[in-house]
Amino acid sequence: MANAKAPSLPASVDATLAMLGSADYIADRSLATAVHLALHLKRPLFLEGEAGVGKTEIAKVLATALGRRLIRLQCYEGLDVASAVYEWDYARQMIEIRLAEASDEDRGEIESAIFSDRFLIKRPLLQALEPEIGGAPVLLIDELDRTDEPFEAYLLELLSDFQVTIPEIGTIKAEHPPIVVITSNRTREIHDALKRRCFYYWVDYPNAMRELEILGKKAPGAAPELSRAVVSFVQKLRKMDLFKLPGIAETIDWTEALMQLDVLELTPHAINDTLGVLLKYQDDIARIQGSEAARLLDQAKSELATAHEV
Amino acid sequence: MADEADGRLVANLMHFARTLRAAGLPVGPGKVIDAVAAVRTVGITNRADFYWTLHAVFVNRPDQRPLFDQAFQIFWRNPELLKKMMSLILPEMSLDLPQDEEKNEMLRRLAEALHPHPESRETGETELEFDAAMTFSDREQLQTMDFEKMSLDELAQAKAAIARLRLPVLDRPTRRFARDPRGARADMRATLRAALRSGGIIDLKRKSRTMRPPPLVVLCDISGSMSRYSRMFLHFMHAITNDRDRVFTFVFGTRLTNITRYLRFRDVDLALDKVTEVVGDWSGGTRIGHCLIDFNLLWSRRVLGQGAVVLLITDGLDRDVGIGLAHEMDRLHRSCRRLIWLNPLLRYEGFEPKSLGMRAMLPHVDEFRPVHNLESLTDLVSVLTAPAPRRLTAASILQTGARAAA
Repeated sequence: MANAKAPSLPASVDATLAMLGSADYIADRSLATAVHLALHLKRPLFLEGEAGVGKTEIAKVLATALGRRLIRLQCYEGLDVASAVYEWDYARQMIEIRLAEASDEDRGEIESAIFSDRFLIKRPLLQALEPEIGGAPVLLIDELDRTDEPFEAYLLELLSDFQVTIPEIGTIKAEHPPIVVITSNRTREIHDALKRRCFYYWVDYPNAMRELEILGKKAPGAAPELSRAVVSFVQKLRKMDLFKLPGIAETIDWTEALMQLDVLELTPHAINDTLGVLLKYQDDIARIQGSEAARLLDQAKSELATAHEV
Repeated sequence: MADEADGRLVANLMHFARTLRAAGLPVGPGKVIDAVAAVRTVGITNRADFYWTLHAVFVNRPDQRPLFDQAFQIFWRNPELLKKMMSLILPEMSLDLPQDEEKNEMLRRLAEALHPHPESRETGETELEFDAAMTFSDREQLQTMDFEKMSLDELAQAKAAIARLRLPVLDRPTRRFARDPRGARADMRATLRAALRSGGIIDLKRKSRTMRPPPLVVLCDISGSMSRYSRMFLHFMHAITNDRDRVFTFVFGTRLTNITRYLRFRDVDLALDKVTEVVGDWSGGTRIGHCLIDFNLLWSRRVLGQGAVVLLITDGLDRDVGIGLAHEMDRLHRSCRRLIWLNPLLRYEGFEPKSLGMRAMLPHVDEFRPVHNLESLTDLVSVLTAPAPRRLTAASILQTGARAAA
């Protein structure tokens, strides 16, 4: 932290909140508290929540605001050490062996030569342990729930000691632990052993006020009237019994779509035309399209009107 | 002075952690140390920050939030906290908890957590009755189930039967590799290591993909019409849960209950005791459609990932007469790799699927496994192990049944 070049870590929860805000991320104070803790106690931040509520965004924002490098590991089923941590460059090793044998080198020397840094391909997790100029990087482990349990177990060592063991070389330990953000869509439960090592936060859908604020930052071109109507309608939708509720990402996309279509005022017709941006399941679309959309819109509008009068 | 205050904070945090642990949150001693460090980092400036600081440390899952919230509100409200705790520990005071809110159940668990004497059965029982009254509704028949204990002999048989079980589902290739002398791919890493050891000619080592059974999700009907099989199915589910990983078990009658966690207890009797405690709708009616909606909405995305196979055990007799059932079956069918329906009601050969529920469900299953006389776990296993009938056999059964009737 004694690094002068990069912005230093925020000193309080308020400062954390301000820092996130300066990078256009409107966060709840509760989230800022979790972020603050993770930054200062050097523990991973574990974010769970529905798709499209801005989990991944937090890592990006932290990297920008703190001037750190962002290293991203996108998880998938069967992710293994070779693609997540390191791999040897076999082809070059082979050539090296051939060359060494031709010049009659000692066996021991060949071995130490070919298992050296030169032939090591570093994958995200190993990269994250390396010292960086601007301070330790931000490591984003995205959608951890997509991997399988063995990989999760592997992460335990990495996340508690910030070290990786490569049999041929030895143990590599990070001088400054990276800022780790783990996200999960909760398509399966992550094991408690891993969660225990992290600060946990459940990212919820924002309330109307916050969502309007976010929309103001993310879709600044939208007319205030339209933004208000959009947020009010989306908030109404989230109270419905849908298979997949629209996230903030969908709200932003929808607003942008409406702007593209030069929609100035939300009408049932405009909603029907663009509902596919907001809802991603055919069942949900079929339910909302038409009269239901008109009804929700009416409700949303009348609520807005009364809010205005007051 | 600061030290003293600090000491009290640590003690209070420790008590709070113990309360949470007793209330059922997985809070280990390490968490207390974390909590102290976290509180020192954030500082105690206002209640909200303090709340979210402890929240970040102690809560691991969204469903733990309400319990944490309740515990926090009760524990940190009173500055004379230890006195408060002592008063809660006294049995007569525990009944003074507010009983008019729906958070009652949570409060009860907390009270029990603060109440370290398990021998006071009376209070526990009266509160249980009270609970039943609170959750009673005329649509549900709440009953408890008392299963016979499993004999050692039965246990051995169950194990043997499960060992024989081969679901008609192929193991799935994973994206991981294991050494295999006849594998199709070259294992460069092993090859290089071996080359260094021997020198001279490099011997190519090989590897191949590892295979793994897909996750299994069991949805078991425990309604009245299925009650004679309940015990057997529970034993089956327990045995299979402890036999392999990635097994998720649900039971449903009028509502859906996830019992995976309870069936993970190694001891079968203990596991079944836990299950009977949790499940409230033994031998009542069936609302298959309603329960499937719950499953699709709340669980399918969490347990049906990674190509899961669903084993649906029900007789298809639906009290809601198949309303919305076809739609939900369709969704379930689309979300999983394979949907196997095991129907144990058919006690005679000339069976005919008359019920509306069955007709709604049949078109949406990959495999229909009728059982005419199910007496034991061994029968059940042999039914499930039998080679798969051709796809859409279910539909043809439906048709032949209809033709025979005509």
